Amino acid sequence: MSDFTLEISYLIASICYILGLKMMAGPKTARNGNLLAAFGMTLAIFTTIYLYQYENDEKEIIGLSNHIWIFSGIAVGAIIGWVAAVKVQMTAMPQMVSLFNGMGGACAALIALVEFPKALIHIQDPIWLEDHNAILYMSTILCGLVIGSTSFSGSMVAYLKLNGNLKKDIRLPFYNIINTLLIFGVVGLTICLAGNHIPTENFETWTYILLAGASLYGILFVLPIGGADMPVVISLLNSFTGMAAMFGGFMYDNMAMLTGGILVGSAGTILTVVMCKAMNRSLTNVIFGAFGTGGKAVSASSNGAAQKSYKETNASDLAVLLNYSQKVIIVPGYGLAVAQAQHVVHEMEELLSERDVEVKYAIHPVAGRMPGHMNVLLAESNVDYDKLVEMDDINAEFSTCDVVMVLGANDVVNPAAKEDPSSPIYGMPILNVEDAKTTIVNKRSMNVGYAGIDNDLFYRDKTNMLFGDAKKVLTEIVSELKNL
Amino acid sequence: MKEIIEFFSNGGNMEMVYVIILSIILGVQIIESVPAVLHTPLMSGANAIHGVVIIGAIIIMGKAEANNTPALVLGFIAVVLGTLNVVGGFVVTDRMLEMFKKKPTKNKE
Repeated sequence: MSDFTLEISYLIASICYILGLKMMAGPKTARNGNLLAAFGMTLAIFTTIYLYQYENDEKEIIGLSNHIWIFSGIAVGAIIGWVAAVKVQMTAMPQMVSLFNGMGGACAALIALVEFPKALIHIQDPIWLEDHNAILYMSTILCGLVIGSTSFSGSMVAYLKLNGNLKKDIRLPFYNIINTLLIFGVVGLTICLAGNHIPTENFETWTYILLAGASLYGILFVLPIGGADMPVVISLLNSFTGMAAMFGGFMYDNMAMLTGGILVGSAGTILTVVMCKAMNRSLTNVIFGAFGTGGKAVSASSNGAAQKSYKETNASDLAVLLNYSQKVIIVPGYGLAVAQAQHVVHEMEELLSERDVEVKYAIHPVAGRMPGHMNVLLAESNVDYDKLVEMDDINAEFSTCDVVMVLGANDVVNPAAKEDPSSPIYGMPILNVEDAKTTIVNKRSMNVGYAGIDNDLFYRDKTNMLFGDAKKVLTEIVSELKNL
Repeated sequence: MKEIIEFFSNGGNMEMVYVIILSIILGVQIIESVPAVLHTPLMSGANAIHGVVIIGAIIIMGKAEANNTPALVLGFIAVVLGTLNVVGGFVVTDRMLEMFKKKPTKNKE
């Protein structure tokens, strides 16, 4: 009976995940969707603790024990997770997601690690082998181990990079060859181990080698990736962890784990592809390609910056200009997020709207560090949802607008993406800010953007540079506007 | 080859294959209809859902005999990490989505 209840609760949990994800597709239902998925998860966790039954070595059917251990583990994880999630700033969201993703990957790898010694005993037991497939069972454990540990180490590197602890995109010499060899080695070793092609007495040693290899691959795979490609990597690692969870579900014949894992695995993969499309890059390009290779691109730009001239403006001139404009488009970027300027930009927008200036926000799909990052941030400061216009819809409007304010964005407005075939970002769709009558670019300095390449936009006739921290500069503009 | 036929002729396995294929299609369908605006919360929400691996960790803990220290310790760590993934993931997602919800009421003041 309790077995039946457990299966039903897993079914309900799976439906909750599916409906929850579906509801997250619309801004109105999104929050409830998330709560629904959380409800499904809670249900699955608690029914597992109380209703899961298994056959022990004495062939008795018993429930799970060690409840105190389980609950204290959950309590520790829940408190740390809750506090971390509540305290994190909106700008630090991407690395937080990456960190939590790594935790899931590590969890999957640990499960495989604990199950492995048991599996070794099982595959030598003829009775067990009668109704189990040794190769299949071994494969699920090893796949869980490999994918879980790769996801964990990769996510940790991604976390460190996004958090600023690891600033450079480290590229070992021949890293593509090394990585390719490593991935073949890991896959080959997995096949050998699963197919029982390695003598049983060496099994454990080889499994640890496999674990080390997979973890190393995760590190080497993320290390050279930089620039705007980071969100794609996180999304990819997210789907990896989903797959690791799926293999766990296979191993335990557990439907809740299986459906949850596959859903995330496939949803994460598609999300990765969608993000790649937004940047006009293929997934192979992201993983193997050279993007913002550091050295060369940066030195080229510093030379360029010294030679080319640009115009500078100040807050009071800009306030006057904005005040007498009819239409202003704001292009927010990561600089805005770092400066925590989302509230003051909204204040400025309201002031201008009161004076019959039409204000819109142009949202590039990969502005910030993640797709939708800018929307989340501006929503935090109560910017009207209708004023956030996506790239394809707003690009035609730039030619009819008086002033474009680029706030801490760089690569997404770089005309090189359209004009210079040798540029690493060539082909990426950009916001056509140069069509506007005047373009104001707010940056802290003339330094290059995240992709590490120079931006020709800054040196154009219609462009005025406004240096300074976005929040400070905008506050000045707001006070100037109030005086007008 | 023999193993593959054996694998598919086992009824339970075929059921699994069905579940997997249908879930993959479902996952793809759901994501394709999502506006770019919601990609970050969605990634975060999906991130929380794969925290379901915690069930595996719970099963390990529950099955471990009291004298099996490695399984208990590793299982305990796995439970902690899994919970971190689940709780952290859902709370972060909720915080992001909360902002979308708050806005219409305030703007109409």
